[in-house]
Order: sequence, then C-alpha cells, then structure tokens
Amino acid sequence: MAYFLRKSVAAGVAAFGLMASAALAETELRIAWYNDGIEGEVMRDILDKFEAQNSDIKVTLDVLPYKAILESLPVQLAAGEGPDLARVTDLGGLSGHYLDLTPHVSDPAYWRENFGPFLNWMQPVGEPEQISGFMTQLTVTGPYVNKTLFEQAGVNMPGENATWDDWAAAVNDVAKKLDIPIPMAWDRSGHRVAGPAIAMGANMFDANGEPALVDDGLKAMATTLYNWHQDGTMAKDLWGSVSGSQYLGANEDFANARVVMYMSGSWQIPQFAEKIGDAFDWWAVPAPCGPAACTGMPGGAALVALKTTEHPAEVGKLMDYLSSEEVLNEFYGRTLFIPGHLGLAESGVDFKTDDPRAKHALETFAGAVPGISPVAFDLQGYVYNRVMFNALISRLGEAIVGEMTLDQAFERMTQDVEKEIAEKRRDG
Amino acid sequence: MVLETDPRAEPETIGHRVKSALSVPAVAFFKLLDVPFRWLQRLLGIGSMPYLFLLPNLAFFGLFVIVPLFLSLGYSVTGGTNLYLGERPYVGGEQYGYLFQCENYTDPATCREDRFWKAIFNTGVFVFFQVGFMVLFSLVTALILNREIRGRGFFRAVFFFPVLLSPVVVALIWKWILLRDGVLNAFLVSMGLDRILFFVDPTWAMFWAIFVSVWAHMGFYTLILLAGLQAIPPDLYEAAEMDGTKKERVFWRITLPLLWPNMLVVIVLALIKSVQIFDEVFVLTGGGPGTATQFIVQYIYTTGFANQVQNFGLASAASVVLGVVLFVLTLVQLAVTRRKDEG
Repeated sequence: MAYFLRKSVAAGVAAFGLMASAALAETELRIAWYNDGIEGEVMRDILDKFEAQNSDIKVTLDVLPYKAILESLPVQLAAGEGPDLARVTDLGGLSGHYLDLTPHVSDPAYWRENFGPFLNWMQPVGEPEQISGFMTQLTVTGPYVNKTLFEQAGVNMPGENATWDDWAAAVNDVAKKLDIPIPMAWDRSGHRVAGPAIAMGANMFDANGEPALVDDGLKAMATTLYNWHQDGTMAKDLWGSVSGSQYLGANEDFANARVVMYMSGSWQIPQFAEKIGDAFDWWAVPAPCGPAACTGMPGGAALVALKTTEHPAEVGKLMDYLSSEEVLNEFYGRTLFIPGHLGLAESGVDFKTDDPRAKHALETFAGAVPGISPVAFDLQGYVYNRVMFNALISRLGEAIVGEMTLDQAFERMTQDVEKEIAEKRRDG
Repeated sequence: MVLETDPRAEPETIGHRVKSALSVPAVAFFKLLDVPFRWLQRLLGIGSMPYLFLLPNLAFFGLFVIVPLFLSLGYSVTGGTNLYLGERPYVGGEQYGYLFQCENYTDPATCREDRFWKAIFNTGVFVFFQVGFMVLFSLVTALILNREIRGRGFFRAVFFFPVLLSPVVVALIWKWILLRDGVLNAFLVSMGLDRILFFVDPTWAMFWAIFVSVWAHMGFYTLILLAGLQAIPPDLYEAAEMDGTKKERVFWRITLPLLWPNMLVVIVLALIKSVQIFDEVFVLTGGGPGTATQFIVQYIYTTGFANQVQNFGLASAASVVLGVVLFVLTLVQLAVTRRKDEG
C-alpha cells in the first residue's frame, strides 16, 4: 500500500512538473482584433485548430472597439508597446510599425503570388519587398438598394451604366410614392466619397504624385452631395449631425427600410444577411457611373505582424497557417468576405450562405473589382489617404450645415491636407 | 445603597464588542507607526512634520499634474508626430503662432486654425449659459429642498441621482430621447406636431448640450448650497419674521449674503468644470452639427489623437492655452474670496 502511495505521489509530481514546464515553454501571441460581424468568432475557431496543432503556442484574440484600433493602437505602437499582431484598416498609415515577415514565413513566393497587389498597401515607404500581412477582407464600396420598395412603388431601377443623377431621381420617386423618410444615405466617410469623385474625374494626385485632393472631379461630386442635402435627397442627420471626420453609418436605417438607397460597401453583406434576411430584397447594385469611370473604392482590413512582437518565429508560423488557401477559404466562406487572396478569387470561395441576396451582393462586389479605377487603387495605397479622407468629410460636413460655403470648404480641404502632411514630414 | 455601575453608561452590546475587536488591528498599526514618527520628529524637528505628512499627496500631485504640465509645455514647442519628446524637432513658438494666426479674432473664419477659435467661441457660449443656469437652478432647488415639504428626503435623492451616473450613460440616455425617432419626437408626433431634428440644428444642439449638462450635475451643486442653507442660524429668520420683514427682503438681505461663500464655491467649481466639458457632449452631439458644439477639450482630443497625423504639438499648445485660462479663472476666484474675507 505504502509502495503504491509513494508511486502515485511520484507520478503526480512528475505530471505536475511536466505540465508546469510545458506551460513555461508555451509562447503566448496576442492579436488586437475588431469585429464588423462574426469574423471574431470564426477566427477563434481557426485559432483553436492552430493551437491544437501547435501546443507550444497560445493565441489570445483581444477583441477591441474599432475606435481603439483607429486611435489608441497607433499611440501604443508609437510608444513601443503593443500586441504581436493586429487587424487594421489604416494599412499605409501604420506601415512603419509592421514586422517584415519575409524571413519568418516558410514560402515568401506564395505570399507574393497570392497577396501581391495588396502587399503594396502595407509596405512602408522605401520597402518595396516587405511582407507585412494579408487581407482578412477585401472591400469594395458601392450602393445597396431596397428592391422591394422599388417594386411596391412601381418604379424601375436604373440599369447598367446609370449615373448618380439617374439613381437620385429614381430613389426620390420611390420615397415620394411610399413616404419613405430618407431617399438616399451615404456613410459619413471620405473613403465612400472618393470612389464616386474619381468616377466624376477626380485625380487625387498631381503629376508629381503629390496629393491634390481638390480638382474639378471632386468639386463636381461634392457639389452634388451638397445639393442632395439641401433638396432632401439625403437627410442631414448623418453628415450634418456630428463634427470633424467622425464616421456614421446608415445601416440601421437601411435595415429598417427607412432608406431606399444606401452607399456603403461589401462589408455590410454578413450583417444584412443576418439582420434583414428575407424581410425585404436588399440588393447590391454596380457603382453608378460618372464621365470618367464607374468605380467604387477598394479597401479592407489586414492582419499584420507588428515590430513590437518578441516572438517573430512563432508569429511567422501563425501567419503561415492563417494565410494558407484552405484556412482562408474557411475564413472568407464563413464570414462572407470578399477574398483578398488572388488564388481564391480566381477559383472561387465556398461561401456558406443560402441567401440569394447575399450571394448576389457578393457576386456584384466581387465583379466590381476589375472595374475599379487605377486612381482608386493608388489612393488606397497612399500612406496619408486618411488625411485626405478626413479633410474631405469634415469640411464638406461643415459646408452642408451652412458653416461655410462650398468654395471655402474646398480651400480649407487643401490647407488641412497640406498642414497635416507637412507636420508628418517634420519627422524626417 | 451604592450603585456598582454608572446608570448613565450605555449598556455594552455585541455590536460594541465587535467594533472594539475590529479596532485592535488599527490601534496596533498606529502604535507601530508611533515609534518611527517620534524618531523622525526628533530628527527633523516639529516644524517640518506637516511637510512630511504632505509629502505623499504632493508626490502624487506632482507626478500626475505638475510633470504632465511641463511635458505639455515641452510638446507645445515641438513638431512632428513622434511620441517621444527627445525625438521631436524643436519649433519654438510656431504652434502658438499657428493657433493665433487670425485676421479678425472675432471671426473664426478668418483664422488659420478656424476650428480652434470656433471651439473657443463655443466654449465661451456654453460656459456662460451652463454656469448661469447651473447656479440658478441649483439655488432654486436647494431653497425648495430646504423647506419642510413632504417627501423631502426622496426629492433630495432624486435630484442627486444623475450625479451618480457616468457621463457617457447620461449622454446615451438623452441621445435616445432626442434622436429623429427618439422618445421626445415620438411624443411630438403623437401630439400632431412635426418632428424636430435636434442634432441637425445648431441652436437646438447647443441648447440640449447645456440642458443635459445642467441636469446631470445640478444635484452636486444643490447639495453644497443646501449645506450652506442649513448652516444659516434659524434665529436670524425668526428675528426677521418678528420684525415683519418681507420674504424677498429676507432672501436678499439674509439668505443670499450668508450663502455667498457656498455660492462662490459653486460658481468656481461649475466654471472650471464647464470649461473642461467633453465626455457628455462628445457622446451626445459628437461636436456637431458641423462644429456647433465642438468645445476646446474636444478640439485638443481630435488634434492630438483622432486624426491620422496625431499632432501632439498643436494639441499641447491648445492645452497650454486652456491651462492659462483656467489659471486666470482660479486667480480671479482667489482674489474675490480674499476680498470677501477682508471685507
């Protein structure tokens, strides 16, 4: 009995020792993450599978509010603190903090082949070969319409190559007939305005590649937006009710059938599929046309490795796993995100939805990618694009509520962009 | 017959015993401190002991107030976006020059940094009305709650309750009431009236910013005034009543002068808090419409943190300007208090 007891105690001590040493050997990686929909849940499932295959690595997913990713993370990174990886949308703005994964991933050629054009968006100035991360989501801006309202009002939806003016006339017609409070709504975001402005002929950059926000194309689109706020096509609640560059979306109003047409983007698909379902036909339509193009803006979120990590080898291992075609097929398929992986974009993602509206929206937005203007791609890849977006939205918002004229707003936009970029360039 | 115990002494209960048992560790702790403090007193002299006791608080204050103040001054004379002061280029008074570059100081549109001046102007309007209404409503409420009315305790609690709420919660509740489809608009529509877009009209937005702020903080100031009212000796009112003095005259000649020290505290506290307004209004109106309710602290926050290019230098310069304004307000308060004390 005593022998048995001694043996049990010894075995227990040995097991405890092994567990303790395993725990001590375990590397913890932290990911700063935000959610638009269910992607956090999906990513957790995937990380669980990774952990099962790599018992020496534990991955913690810190889900933060989007505002914290946008405002607190940059300060944290500038202070030399931060997580090992982060899901970010200010791809160029934070590029100075990204870790070059080239020596840490098993096959850099796979990355260049499948994420090629998007890698540029994450490269710091002067580092054209750096691999920083991959797109968790490629987005394209574009409008949704409430097709059921069009049918109820007996108004035909404008067809292919319709302009913004054609759509404005149609949605006003529907709103009037059915007493819908908001004929058209746009997200309060400079990124959302940029695509239509480029369609109207905005170049965004001068011949030297320097930012030149205000030109005739941008003026044309901004003036149209201004006029729509004055004639009631757009409600002032969104663009007029807050200051500066604060983002406001009309997704709730659209989901409640209070908006006929909503200019937003592909990232709303999972949310609309869940919230609206088959309550009405929410329909993605191609980006309306202007004299220069029929384009939206590309964009998206990327999972990037950060220089603040103390475990670059483990980060590389994790990124190898997450970026594999099989894992990304599961991730994009379950989240209903447009793939930021060229191989999957070509072969097609197995989207896990039976909703015909969601399928149609995914096809519409994915089909819009080849038609995106090169100016839009350049703007998305520009390091200080948010400076331009913010100047655009804040000054246009002030003009819309009558604090300044449109001409004054254009002058202020140019000054704001120049001032902020000059401040940044002081860093050398 | 001789009584063995004092009949006036309170009988010892279980509660008393528990209390004395619990006080044992505290007494032991202070006894333990006694020895080193006596030694320090012998070493430093009795005159230095108050400073020794002030030291912990002073160190805390220095670390979290004085050091950031100097850091802010340091940042305000530098440029760029680096976080570390040592890595930032020195630009002298350029940030201040930029803030104060105006053709006409009464017209923010002519200023290079128009948003700073709009924020100053908005803060001025907000402070003027918010402090005025805050003092007025707090005084009226305190006067009412000081009277022998039914449910006085309940009403005191009701008026104090909003003070306990987080400013963000307060703002969210009111936002829910005031939105296009909020409770108030639902009520207006049910009465056959038109909806009012409160957050799209600059005047309405400023009105609600002031209203919500007064609603949320009034209870705190009411409490200070109520304490002042209760400290006024009742015999003064009795004497005035016996003399047949009119109620208005009693208010102006007895209540208000004797309440003045408390009023001064309320005015100064409300003024300083009002200049620093941020959280409630930021959540309620987002500073809009346009820049109609953007105040100085929101300007500092936006410039320093919310923009892609985080301009810590300009934000710090604006903070220093705000600090100077608050310092001047405090000096005015000290001067007024001193004059009152001497008078």
